[in-house]
Amino acid sequence: MDAASIGWLALPLAILGGAIRVSTPFIFVSIGELITEKSGRINLGLEGTLMLGAMAGYAISYLSGSPWLGVLSAGLAGMAFGLLHGLLCSVKRVNDTAIGISLIVLGTGLAFFLGKPLIEPKAPPLPSIALGFWSSVPQVRAALDVNALFFVGIALAFAVYVFLNRTGWGLMLRTVGDSEDAARALGFPVLRVRIVATMAGGFLAGIGGSFLSLSYPGSWSEGLSSGQGIMAVALVIFARWRSINALGASLLFGGAGALGPALQGVGVTGYYYLFNAAPYILTLAIMVASTSRAAPFADAPGELKLHR
Amino acid sequence: MTLKPVDRRSVLQMLAAAGSAPLVLKSTVARAETPLTVGILYSGSKQDYGFNQSHAQAAAALKKLPGIKVIEEERVPETIAAQRSMEGMIRQDGAQLILATSFGYFKPHVLEMAAKYPDVTFAHTGGVWTAGMPENIGTFYAYIFEAQYISGVVAGHMTKSKKLGLVAAKPTPNLLRSINAFAIGARSVDPAIQVQVIFTGDWVLPVREAEATNTLVDQGADVIAAQVDSPKVVIETAEKRGVMSCGYHSSQADVAPNGYLTGAEWNWITPYLVYAGSVRGGKKPEPYLRAGLGDHFVKNSPFGKLVTTEARAAAETARADLIGGTRVIYSGPLKDNKGNVVIPAGVFQSSNDRALDGINYLVEGIIGQV
Repeated sequence: MDAASIGWLALPLAILGGAIRVSTPFIFVSIGELITEKSGRINLGLEGTLMLGAMAGYAISYLSGSPWLGVLSAGLAGMAFGLLHGLLCSVKRVNDTAIGISLIVLGTGLAFFLGKPLIEPKAPPLPSIALGFWSSVPQVRAALDVNALFFVGIALAFAVYVFLNRTGWGLMLRTVGDSEDAARALGFPVLRVRIVATMAGGFLAGIGGSFLSLSYPGSWSEGLSSGQGIMAVALVIFARWRSINALGASLLFGGAGALGPALQGVGVTGYYYLFNAAPYILTLAIMVASTSRAAPFADAPGELKLHR
Repeated sequence: MTLKPVDRRSVLQMLAAAGSAPLVLKSTVARAETPLTVGILYSGSKQDYGFNQSHAQAAAALKKLPGIKVIEEERVPETIAAQRSMEGMIRQDGAQLILATSFGYFKPHVLEMAAKYPDVTFAHTGGVWTAGMPENIGTFYAYIFEAQYISGVVAGHMTKSKKLGLVAAKPTPNLLRSINAFAIGARSVDPAIQVQVIFTGDWVLPVREAEATNTLVDQGADVIAAQVDSPKVVIETAEKRGVMSCGYHSSQADVAPNGYLTGAEWNWITPYLVYAGSVRGGKKPEPYLRAGLGDHFVKNSPFGKLVTTEARAAAETARADLIGGTRVIYSGPLKDNKGNVVIPAGVFQSSNDRALDGINYLVEGIIGQV
């Protein structure tokens, strides 16, 4: 095994590896949130859903011995939370933002409470695919050790694109999100569509959480999430409510997140607070660059309370 | 006659008075056997594989002792909530000793509570008692960097690539002192050894800690040491990458059965017992209590299976030398990694030297920047 230092080459490798490893939860949560927001509701509670999914996935993987069953249960737990959000917000004069924030607290608290006995046991992790088999450089092999969920996430982004733009149900979802009146005139079941969209969003956020506990960093602890759920909500806005963009934004965010440690690794030891903030600076810069004065909310679903 | 309006506070007071009647009876009975009630506050989870767990382990040991009752509360924020929690322990559970284990509890929370309850003893981890503060406060800490030095000696013996990696949270004086001690320990084995440090920027950031570990392994480090609040992720990631690791705070040996070498652990039960003793004896608490390996305030995790007999022997020698005072970690001539002499030849800064309190450099051989 050649364990020699690869010097500056490590930087692009770390960014690539980081984009692959770090971005997966962002992909799932942001695409989930995108589906919810397309229906005209915003679910800020995905941070709580993420933690609940991480805990549930770890628990079921540990108890059943099957990590994939864990992923599924994480999704189901997230879906249950989505249902709760969807139902509560269907009551008149209930604010979806406030419900979302309370679900962050509830989800995190529930995950901590139920997750207490799970901190020490070791659950079987999700297997990864060794795409670096062709290389003899261990660093390359490590960077290309890719989890299958990453590919599921990429496929999902394209599937959601097709669903939203090429199917009848996708049209219904967009109509409900863009104009409630039009949707009612067309006879669409507005509330039902929104509840199902929130459930779908919760399902994906739960799966995103299970990636944290079952793959990378790969164990359950109470400090597991450092705000990925909240960031993913912001990424949706950043991606202008387009699923392919959300995928790109997640990859960019993951890669930029690896920059801080990687630069210190190759010997650029100063300014690490600044480099650690790279994902946020980059996001801000792109947002500023892509603003449009003429139609600031051109891409936003019309029913979103975000800008009304 | 004016009736006083019944507000929430007075109702609570009445309820508390009614509710405490049986407690008063009970406590007079119990006083015959003088049990000591100790209240412990943690800022995070008791099972964090880190700092809080090291305290929780001491609390568990304390619980086993006869005549001691322990009340614990975890995830107490370093806000006014800490005062409420302490007050609850004192008034409802009759705690006579409060152990506040997080740095942010000290000012103003412990100070205010100590002034309000002069009969209760407060012991705080990491604070510095100064004249003028209530005399029922004791502050304690431990020279963990002595144990880090031993870890460094072990790592220095075990490394083949002559490059050690270190994932650290923030460049605070306490961490710098430990990082330097680790490097000095490793380089006492072979001065060619380099220690590369990556600061993540915060105490708990699992994903970035994993990234930092991966980067260090990519750079050729074959031993990874963790100096973050919860080193589990770092040690686990190092194990996944097939390299050796050194832990911190409490033992992480069970998450890395192959590669875990040793770790620097706190042994809080020693200061806990000192303060329990002063409460029992009716004495004032020790205001500024600091000690290291020799007084069992810190220890090293049992050696992992990879550690060679040679490394074990070297670690034991270093330990004996440190305790005996024949070896001083911070002794001149010592240069920082920019080439400046920070401790001139002939100067020895022993563990209790207050000159080390404000340390702001990384020593020669460390790749990194404060």
